[in-house]
Amino acid sequence: MTMTRLELVCPAGTPATLRAAVQAGADAVYCGFRDETNARNFPGLNFSRDELAEGVRFAHDHGSKVLVAINTFARVDDVDIWKKAADAAAESGADAIIAADFAVLDHVAKNHSQIRLHLSVQAAAATPEAIGFYAAQFGIRRVVLPRVLSLQEIAALNRAIDVETEAFVFGGLCVMIEGRCYLSSYATGKSPNLNGVCSPPQMVSYDEEPGGTTARLSGFTIDRYERGQPVGYPTLCKGKFKADGRTSHLFEDPVSLNAGGMIAGLKAAGVTALKIEGRQRGKGYVSEVVRAFRKAVDAVEKGGEPLDIGRLLAGQSEGARQTAGAYEKKWR
Amino acid sequence: MPEIARTETMLTLGPVFFHWSPDRLLDFYRRIADEAPVERVHVGEVVCGKRMPFSDPAWPAAIERLERGGKQVVLSTLAAPATVRERKSLEDICGDERLVEINDVSGLPSRSGKAFVTGPFINVYNEASAKFLIKLGAQTICPPVELSFAAAGAMSVKCPEAEFEIFAFGRLPLALSGRCYHARIHGLHKDSCQFTCERDPDGLAVDTLDDQQFLAINGVQTLSNQVQAFCPAPDALASKGIRRLRLSPQTCDMVEVARIYRRLADGREEPEDARFALSCLDLPGTLVDGCAHARPGWQVIASP
Repeated sequence: MTMTRLELVCPAGTPATLRAAVQAGADAVYCGFRDETNARNFPGLNFSRDELAEGVRFAHDHGSKVLVAINTFARVDDVDIWKKAADAAAESGADAIIAADFAVLDHVAKNHSQIRLHLSVQAAAATPEAIGFYAAQFGIRRVVLPRVLSLQEIAALNRAIDVETEAFVFGGLCVMIEGRCYLSSYATGKSPNLNGVCSPPQMVSYDEEPGGTTARLSGFTIDRYERGQPVGYPTLCKGKFKADGRTSHLFEDPVSLNAGGMIAGLKAAGVTALKIEGRQRGKGYVSEVVRAFRKAVDAVEKGGEPLDIGRLLAGQSEGARQTAGAYEKKWR
Repeated sequence: MPEIARTETMLTLGPVFFHWSPDRLLDFYRRIADEAPVERVHVGEVVCGKRMPFSDPAWPAAIERLERGGKQVVLSTLAAPATVRERKSLEDICGDERLVEINDVSGLPSRSGKAFVTGPFINVYNEASAKFLIKLGAQTICPPVELSFAAAGAMSVKCPEAEFEIFAFGRLPLALSGRCYHARIHGLHKDSCQFTCERDPDGLAVDTLDDQQFLAINGVQTLSNQVQAFCPAPDALASKGIRRLRLSPQTCDMVEVARIYRRLADGREEPEDARFALSCLDLPGTLVDGCAHARPGWQVIASP
């Protein structure tokens, strides 16, 4: 794997955020259409066909790329919706399509060979065999790595494959293997794979009770907060549960990912691109995070001392704790 | 692909998700071989590669016994292979002449061109993806558990060249992680886990702070606490060309579970009677069927 300059891939939930990310130094932004074809299908987010075309022009004028996420799984009898989304992405002049479903990948590979295909994290391809399969079948050029691999494993993987790898460095942290988690479906009937949502807000309630505020999802108690304590969003896998006579954040503490201290390590492991999660975030947040990572990546590229990303992002921590996740083996 | 002569619904016993001892596995499969009215039995470790050195010695005898009992044996493979040893083992199993169940795309390169089953860990949500896999050799497709019966039926109708299988019974496999929750709850790490998952042969119940029964953990796997009990009438299956129902092993009397589903599929027992019979067994959770009805999985909808 040749050592090229790390690419900083940033979230754009809206056209305004796209411009903010580009101006803050994003090498690439990723976004999706305003429908169920992408994994951040939230009200008020995402792009129309025209907005995407305009966003692509803006990004290209400023030397940035646009990657379009069509990364949910197509619904039976409605595969055309996903195919048409891919067609529109290709026509917009975007630089890549990020997909997970065999049907979408196959359609793009057969009909739009000029556009790069990136394998979404939702495909959960974590071995040379799986990645090699997607490369051989669909000609994928990059794989977004599942958030279960340590730095050492990423390095070994990169030695065994000949497509680029993209690794998450900041934002929401899935504890479960993405694309293979049906927890939200079980609790709420809505899921990332089918609907592009996880633990959706319309199923959330905050109930004031004698013991404090109880956050529930679809009626299931996910966490409880004493008065005066900051109240968190009841994402299912970050909840507090009872098992084996113990009460704990069994799956994961309410933490978010910050691998800002591992940029040099990820580069040494052969990673091509660093990804910031958060298409649901506003442009103020995205600007600040992108600017901080831009500085940190540039510092690493110059061979300088790694910057303290936590300090650069002091205003964005929202009191939440952070973790380097699976990049450190002890996370398991 | 040759037309299968039988038209009635066939029953499949899925792989054991839990860390059962080799003795327990052998006893279990001996009884299945002799008494359970299932056509097909899956064997092999699916959830955690670290368990394989314990269970591997049990498989040759279990397979021999099952085949002698007239069962078609399917070799199930790991849902999240990672280490060199796990990947090698996967490749070896994929070379077997028996039918193999693929539970991760990692198995496809070494199995393509030979018949295989895709398990519920492979994301097949639409007819185009199903056809893609059928072209590679998929003979039976068991879609992810969150997919509704109607959606699976719609795929089945459009892909008559493959058999579709519905996850009908057992705790629902809902998630996999790189992290082992049995290790975490015991203050350990996955790499030095001490195999505490063996203490919970049906998984360890996970309740909410308000004592609602919710989930269950099994090492790196998360399942539903409740037990899927999808009991479709034979006509509902026939109208969609659904050929198989999958029964996922729990510690309850699985021979009895198979008998109940056999009677249901033969039209000798009404769905509500089948559900009642299932509810009388020693189950780790209450009965649900929401996923099959495109509703939250924990809900009870019943019928068709």
